[in-house]
Amino acid sequence: MDFKQWNGFKRDGEWTKEIDVRGFIQSNYTPYTGDSSFLCGATEKTKKLWNEVLELYKKERENGGVLDADCKTPSSINAYEAGYINKDLEEIVGLQTDKPLKRAIMPNGGIRIVEKSAESYGFKVDEQTEYIYHNLRKTHNDGVFQVYTPDIRAARSSHLLTGLPDGYGRGRIIGDYRRVALYGVDVLISEKKVDLEILNVDEFTEDVIRKREEIADQIKALEDLKKMALKYGFDISVPASNAKEAIQWLYFGYLGAVKDQNGAAMSIGRTSTFLDIYIQRDIDNGVLTEEQAQELMDHFVMKLRLVRFLRAPEYNALFSGDPVWVTESIGGMGVDGRTLVTKNSFRILNTLDTLGPAPEPNLTVLWSNNLPEGFKKYCADISIRTSSIQYENDDLMRITLGDDYGIACCVSAMRIGKQMQFFGARANLAKTLLYAINGGRDELSGKQIAPKFQPITSEYLNYDEVIEKFDVMMEYVAKIYIKALNAIHFMHDKYSYEALEMALHDRDENILRTMACGIAGLSVVADSLSAIKYARVKVIRDNTGLATDFEIEGDFPKYGNDDDRVDQIAVEIVKEFLRKLEKHQTYRHSKHTLSILTITSNVVYGKNTGNTPDGRKAGEPFGPGANPLHGRDSNGALAVMNTIAKLPYEYSEDGISFTFSITPGALGKDKDMRISNLVNMLDGYFKQTGHHINVNVFNRELLEDAMEHPENYPQLTIRVSGYAVNFIKLTREQQLDVIHRTIHERI
Amino acid sequence: MYFPIKENNMKGCNKMSNIGRIHSFETFGAVDGPGIRFVIFMQGCNLKCKYCQNRDTWSCHGGLEYTVEELVAKIKRYINYILPSGGGVTISGGEPLLQLKFLINLFKELKKLKIPTAIDTSGNFDITNDMKEIISLTDLFLLDIKCINDKICKDLTGVSNKKELYFAKYLSSINKPMWIRQVLVPGITDKKEDLIELKRFISSLSSVEKIEILPYHDLGKFKWENLNLSYPLSNIRTANFDDVKRVKEILDLDI
Repeated sequence: MDFKQWNGFKRDGEWTKEIDVRGFIQSNYTPYTGDSSFLCGATEKTKKLWNEVLELYKKERENGGVLDADCKTPSSINAYEAGYINKDLEEIVGLQTDKPLKRAIMPNGGIRIVEKSAESYGFKVDEQTEYIYHNLRKTHNDGVFQVYTPDIRAARSSHLLTGLPDGYGRGRIIGDYRRVALYGVDVLISEKKVDLEILNVDEFTEDVIRKREEIADQIKALEDLKKMALKYGFDISVPASNAKEAIQWLYFGYLGAVKDQNGAAMSIGRTSTFLDIYIQRDIDNGVLTEEQAQELMDHFVMKLRLVRFLRAPEYNALFSGDPVWVTESIGGMGVDGRTLVTKNSFRILNTLDTLGPAPEPNLTVLWSNNLPEGFKKYCADISIRTSSIQYENDDLMRITLGDDYGIACCVSAMRIGKQMQFFGARANLAKTLLYAINGGRDELSGKQIAPKFQPITSEYLNYDEVIEKFDVMMEYVAKIYIKALNAIHFMHDKYSYEALEMALHDRDENILRTMACGIAGLSVVADSLSAIKYARVKVIRDNTGLATDFEIEGDFPKYGNDDDRVDQIAVEIVKEFLRKLEKHQTYRHSKHTLSILTITSNVVYGKNTGNTPDGRKAGEPFGPGANPLHGRDSNGALAVMNTIAKLPYEYSEDGISFTFSITPGALGKDKDMRISNLVNMLDGYFKQTGHHINVNVFNRELLEDAMEHPENYPQLTIRVSGYAVNFIKLTREQQLDVIHRTIHERI
Repeated sequence: MYFPIKENNMKGCNKMSNIGRIHSFETFGAVDGPGIRFVIFMQGCNLKCKYCQNRDTWSCHGGLEYTVEELVAKIKRYINYILPSGGGVTISGGEPLLQLKFLINLFKELKKLKIPTAIDTSGNFDITNDMKEIISLTDLFLLDIKCINDKICKDLTGVSNKKELYFAKYLSSINKPMWIRQVLVPGITDKKEDLIELKRFISSLSSVEKIEILPYHDLGKFKWENLNLSYPLSNIRTANFDDVKRVKEILDLDI
């Protein structure tokens, strides 16, 4: 392959012979080890445009959270005419529908959910559209519920299995949107045609037929993408020729994906260092200034901040604040020892200054102890000022994933264009423990949910007896969990296949699929078992013999204090649950993985779980992700970090999330001290093999004031488990949860 | 409103060399010495400061017992944070120097691990041989001068400041690095003539690296209430930024 658009690029390696974005990056990028002094502020054009966006945000809020929705046209890559915020000001163009913040419907996932979502915001789905999806076109949601078995339904309605993507798009697939810019769409189509020809085989099995159908869908999606771009006046069949086009092409790829899919998380990948190559080439050629480069990135990020989906209230309760998880992975180190930090790694973080803080894109720094000092300090500085960055351990992930992976959603690492996951939400292990005690009956409803077996009848809980029964109950949960996920992902592939995102992947044979299971309530279970082991836990039963409450006599070691007596219980639960999942066959032979991540759903899970033996009261939130339960940690921040760092990443490869909040005063006395303390804290945590951390720096009073006067805090951003959110968009319950959650402060 | 105390309440406090009585830990101390500090709050105090934010550390009988070995094992878990940050271990309290022999043994072990040490103390002690040994094992003292005006000091803490001022002079004489700290209590420790005297005293010392003015706050009030004790400074307001600014101006410090 050769294109004039590639003039000035080094041709080393294979990237000109086959699709190999990583090879292109490695041959052409310029590592940057300096500080942030080169950065420019927002241009006048950017300021004007951003003010228009802020006005739109305001209208959206005033309108109850949704500005407008097209409830007639089911969304697809090329479903709408071109839309603009202000055509004269926009350097990067493209909207999901014909107007900014106007939401689209995606009924392939399920028509009833779309109807509910629309109604909850005062809209009504067009009659003809309803007719089609109720009578003519089956959806993912229909398919799943046709095949669900009674045991899955029971586990689902009793919240033993929670947040399953059977009523919303699974997401967590990252298309390699960089390919659109580097190769142009025609090359991608011709590669897919080669893949199709490889599948012209003698044994025309179900597997081969499915793959051929998928590739045909992928080719169609790529054709549609070209047509979509043409409506905006761009021919993306050929490679991008400069920085502006590279950003535009890449964004079009992403835009196509968010028009095609309302996925739970629609992450963008690892794009900033890739884009730096184009920016640097233009700067070297004297056709772009630093100020213009920042402007391009600002306009790109503005577009990412405008992505919206129409979602049901139930979804919002689980994942509140309208998150999209446009996760962008920044920095990290290359396997050759050079840093992957470029000037554009700074520019994308600088958007938090030029445009102000925001939850999207979900800026994720891949942290390594070897990152350049200037970059570390810049990240810490921005974190302290905006609470908008999350950090993940590049030194840990690079071992298995190399140096061209990205984070989907919050903590799910995957090699870009070579790996995808079947998102599996999570199993409520706190409830599982209660079922073990109650012989499979639900502690709130009293209903028999899991198969009936002998409950524990003793007055005081005996550790060995509880462990034995908990083991059996975990075995059962693992079984129905995989059953449910297999059904969900079979139907998702069948009725709501992510054709464009998968078109931006390698051929199927090279793709690793993971079955991404999850745990909710880890710290509750660990503390409960610790209480049973080290204190005495008396059971309170109702007149049907159901254990409904517990009394603890004595003290016990609590998760979150770097105390092995309890931390090792947590470690063992993680290992054991994965082993149990691994006993069951997965759809498409996907690899079993596990995450310890709840996002904001820790509130909902807690709400649906009764009193637990650790003294947590019914309805109280779980700790988010791998966090200890609120107030249980009493030895300061590093003790919590050391506890969480013990959880084995090898058994929880889909991520281990830790949300950390500290007051500015507790972080250090002045700005420089705070920056250096945060840098050293991150270095230390990741050396201890911690996987992920959200960093929030704020005072409790600030949040309390924002609850009372939301209008004064339109851009107040905080990090919750795995993503960032506009604080004022959280439900009141979730706001209180954040405020009550341990904020490390010193008195 | 004199607060009744006994001059020296060390009776019953720990004199053992291998077992320490500890109130609590702060694994991420960012304000008690340079870098990231592992802070150990010792149980037991010989002063009765009215503004005390850790009222629950006074008694010599509470807390948990730790051996030197147990504590060193705990501290080692934080070396990845402490050493690269230029931090260390800070002993606070309570009054650390009430458990002198234990600290000597602990610091000897920390020295083997090259972990820097600091002690946050009122310095209200005689310079005995044991005291000389712990001073030699300590890299930095955070010395709380309660009030340079002895009358106010006695009223505020129950004891005279004579020993602590001498303690400061001793540290100075052997060139031991120290940070001087004073809690700014509006209406009590902020009198201009006292501050001028404090400045004069500090300038007579040779090894002061830093002077910190800590604005008085009442966030520790609930600890008094938990112990069913009335809070002695309930009629005193907390210090604000302007108070600190004024005091720093008098002391000629960077604001």
